[in-house]
Amino acid sequence: MSQSGDGFFKGARDSLPIVAAAAPFGLLFGALAIDNGLSVGEAVLMSATVYAGASQMVGIELFGAEVAPWLIVFSVFAVNFRHVLYSAALGRRMGLMPGWRKALAFFFLVDPQFAAAEARAERGRPLTFAWYMGMALPIYVLWVLEAWIGALFGSLIANPEIYGLDFLLSIYFLGLVLGFRSRANWLPVVVASSLGSVLAYMFVGSPWHVSLGGLAGVVVAVMLPLDHKPDPGEALKVSS
Amino acid sequence: MSGAWSSVPINIWIILGAAIVTYATRVGGYLVLSRFKRIPPRVDAALNAVPAAVLTTLVAPAAVFGGGAEALTLFLCLIIGLRVPLMGMFAIGWMLIIALRAAGL
Repeated sequence: MSQSGDGFFKGARDSLPIVAAAAPFGLLFGALAIDNGLSVGEAVLMSATVYAGASQMVGIELFGAEVAPWLIVFSVFAVNFRHVLYSAALGRRMGLMPGWRKALAFFFLVDPQFAAAEARAERGRPLTFAWYMGMALPIYVLWVLEAWIGALFGSLIANPEIYGLDFLLSIYFLGLVLGFRSRANWLPVVVASSLGSVLAYMFVGSPWHVSLGGLAGVVVAVMLPLDHKPDPGEALKVSS
Repeated sequence: MSGAWSSVPINIWIILGAAIVTYATRVGGYLVLSRFKRIPPRVDAALNAVPAAVLTTLVAPAAVFGGGAEALTLFLCLIIGLRVPLMGMFAIGWMLIIALRAAGL
């Protein structure tokens, strides 16, 4: 029995801004998947089974580059590795869900779902399975539909360069990189990965610039002194 | 990508492999990391760096080897993106690349 405010329809209402924000990327994924040599069915299958926007974009970028299959799978894994932390953090809040519901809920753990669920728990609202799925299902169903619609229209576009479509992924990834800028040692990591990927691109060749450049950034993060996180009171003192 | 294994196209196997490793990341943190009292700080630092480190490698070569319109678009987006949310920066960047390419840069 759920009170109003903890149920499926409250979750569905809470999902609307995320559905709107994700729509262009869902459509873009479908169109770019076609541009990179996937079929319409494969594009829809990828959105329905992988269901992780950034990693899907990375995946199709590598499909287009004809790299080894294991490297595509590994790159998707690398981009999605942050979800390990999401599931560790949110798992503690899922006490209301029995095991199989938890297992199902984790499938839908995309970035905005994690953010909304954490924010809800933070406000002291119960993280019910009904609310969680009310939020998850609209985002998921539309994401899959958008891949299909985008793929249908994407195959109609003959010259994607004129519309800049071939370059949108780079802009999108730049935006994602900037989105992480509040993290510890972000700038040294980004500088190391930039240099590493450009050098690897020149001297080793694509697609190794992805793994070698990424490794350069991670190594720098491990070597740098650990960030001392001041407690909020301390931070307030510094800023005032 | 072409080729097939056991009459299923290789693309399907890649997609299913990607789906399995993605689900593994979504359930793995709960299954593994929640058993530790806390994550070792260096491991935590490495994990935190992964997304920015990997995504950067997909942008930097495009900026360096892509061409004038591409480099200028990414540079302007970098500045815009520090002030404007992702969707806004993305829309502006899309207009910039169309305009700069049309201008023959």
